[in-house]
Amino acid sequence: MIRNLSNRIIAIVFVLAFALWIDLSPQIEVLNPLDGNALFIRDVSPRLGLDLQGGLQVLLEADLPEDSPVDANAMETARQIVQQRTDALGVNENVIQLAGDRRIVGEFPGLEDTESVLATIQQTGLLEFVDTGDFSLDPGTIIATDYSPGDNAPGEVPPSEDSTEDTVYHTVMTGGDLDSVIVRTDAIGTGYEIDFTLTPNGSEIFASHTSANVGKFLTIVLDKLVISSPSIGSAITGGQGTISGNFSLESANSLAIQLRYGSLPVPLKIVETRIIGPTLGADSLQKSLVAGLIGMTIVAMFMILYYRLPGIVAVLSILFYAAIALALFKWFHFTLTLPGIAGFLLSTGAALDAIVLIFERLKEELRNGKILSQAVDQGWTRAWSSIRDSNLSTIITSGILFWFGSTFGATIVKGFSLTLALGVAISLFTAIYVTRTLLVLFLRTFKPQNLTLWFGI
Amino acid sequence: MIDILSKRYLYFAISLLVILPGLIVLISGGLPLSIDFTGGSLLEVQFDPGTSMNTSEIVPIYETAGIDDAQVTTTENGSLVIRSSFLSNEIRDEIITSMELAAGSAPQVIRFDSVGPSIGRQVTSRAILAVAVAALAVVIYITIAFRKVSNAFRYGVCAIIAMVHDVAVVFSVAALGARLFDWQMDALFLTALLTVIGFSVQDKVVVFDRIRENSSILRRLDYEKLVNHSIVQTLQRSINTQLMTVEFLLLALALFGGVTLQEFAVILLVGLFSGTYSSIFIAAPILVLWEKREWTNWFSRGATA
Repeated sequence: MIRNLSNRIIAIVFVLAFALWIDLSPQIEVLNPLDGNALFIRDVSPRLGLDLQGGLQVLLEADLPEDSPVDANAMETARQIVQQRTDALGVNENVIQLAGDRRIVGEFPGLEDTESVLATIQQTGLLEFVDTGDFSLDPGTIIATDYSPGDNAPGEVPPSEDSTEDTVYHTVMTGGDLDSVIVRTDAIGTGYEIDFTLTPNGSEIFASHTSANVGKFLTIVLDKLVISSPSIGSAITGGQGTISGNFSLESANSLAIQLRYGSLPVPLKIVETRIIGPTLGADSLQKSLVAGLIGMTIVAMFMILYYRLPGIVAVLSILFYAAIALALFKWFHFTLTLPGIAGFLLSTGAALDAIVLIFERLKEELRNGKILSQAVDQGWTRAWSSIRDSNLSTIITSGILFWFGSTFGATIVKGFSLTLALGVAISLFTAIYVTRTLLVLFLRTFKPQNLTLWFGI
Repeated sequence: MIDILSKRYLYFAISLLVILPGLIVLISGGLPLSIDFTGGSLLEVQFDPGTSMNTSEIVPIYETAGIDDAQVTTTENGSLVIRSSFLSNEIRDEIITSMELAAGSAPQVIRFDSVGPSIGRQVTSRAILAVAVAALAVVIYITIAFRKVSNAFRYGVCAIIAMVHDVAVVFSVAALGARLFDWQMDALFLTALLTVIGFSVQDKVVVFDRIRENSSILRRLDYEKLVNHSIVQTLQRSINTQLMTVEFLLLALALFGGVTLQEFAVILLVGLFSGTYSSIFIAAPILVLWEKREWTNWFSRGATA
């Protein structure tokens, strides 16, 4: 049967102990026994999906014609900016991910005040520094500029001489040329001003523009909306400048945030919003857990009644399987969603299927008059090709589902396919390795003689 | 030994009986697609006890906001579900404010989904592609897995026919559910469908694997007897895993799992059952039928069983 049984048992106990440690604690911490310092820390707190704890999900899409290609780097930068912006709001555990090549999905679990988040994301600002000549424009005015997202070097476009009613102002430079922005108290100490540093390219543009236009107004425009219209006090040649005005700490900070993060390389629009109220989520979580428990209890009872001794072994190895799967979900920070739970239950079904295939083979061999140890060996070898081939087909479909889910930020579909595929993979391990070891251990310990009683043949 | 295969035309008739009514409903009415595929929005609100609004009050609020296709339904627990075309967040806020003014208290937003029309279109085309790719991957996989058996390609094709059968059963049930319980086909429905496809094939492989094994041991046996033998050998396993375990888990989920998962669980329940049924009563009989080239007898009088 199995030669190195004790080694196998040690390995199983070790894996189980480690899995239970992760399952039962919110954080894994290994201390150095000499000085008590932490050698290793990993946060393994469970992550609940939006459908379980409520929250907001938005899908943003590049606001460009459908057939025009979107630069992958630009999308990644845009993703980071959205992340920074929403982080600055102080929202916890928000996840911003790329979904396909022109979409970004943002998830804000447990969020009730959805409006502030949406407003922040929607400031999908294209920040521009616009030459408005002798005019200071009021904040809130909507103006037209000669910059469009395709242009790489707005500074090289000659100033517009258009003086009709719909004046098209010339964009001197965009937010992309800003390097850093900080808020500090002004010289008098009562107000605040904003210091900014420019990229080398920006410094050049800025130097030539400001030296030629001292006293004129350089208006800061976000999404074609004027947010501030300071005048050029003196030529700014060093690549560093200051925006002063009657700023309070709050207004200075908010302008700084807009300057810092306002420069999205790709314009984004919200194409999908999903809000799940917290009560619906909590209700679903509780109900599906109860449902899972009821289902598992019935299945466990059936297995024990039908398969007797092997049934007990099967239930033990399913519990083992559940412990490992949960530990892996927690370790890799999988977000647990309702379909994820369903996928997990289904993969438990696959795990049971593998075990039942083996046990049916085992019984068949026993009926054919094989002795127990031979029957156990045959059961495993013969059932293996079915188990392997059938589970592979499930893994293939899971892969296709995962691909489908990730292109559209359908995290629910993704969660389902991921838990299903991972569950099937772990179930193969438990069926082949754990169940067999446990069964052999039981057989050696109890040495059953009455096959009808112990195996239900 | 139980003779399963001799009544094969009876099984085909039973399957047709299950599939046809659903397909007729499907063709006549179409499946109601959710906003995941069509684009649009769904707003579910709950008013404080005592204050409530009815359809005739809500539709005008939507119309004032420029949305003239609002449809209101009341759920079991007293909340209102309003479906309409795509709502931007500004319009949604405007509508909720109007509701608050009209009802006297702020409604609680239980759920809000809003999907832009272009996204819906792309999801639909991608979904069709996903199902097609899954089907293709499966044929290729089975043909490779059974390459050592003669006519390996047949096994793949039979698995696909049985899979189409299972998909048709799922659609039939979905069409029925749409008529009776106001179900809508959403991304979760698609997930369930693809899972049914995956598990359907998984089940075929188990039966086919037994045929593969037996055909190398029992070379002399008549093909029909061989297949029948293989089915009977795997029957216990099919009943135990599919009916007693997986179906029980799903039944528990459907009964106690809360509204969100109910439709999902029922679709999986029926689909996975069909997957097991079709391995024994569709895929294997077709293998035999193909081996015997029975279609040559179909039109000559009284030649078939």
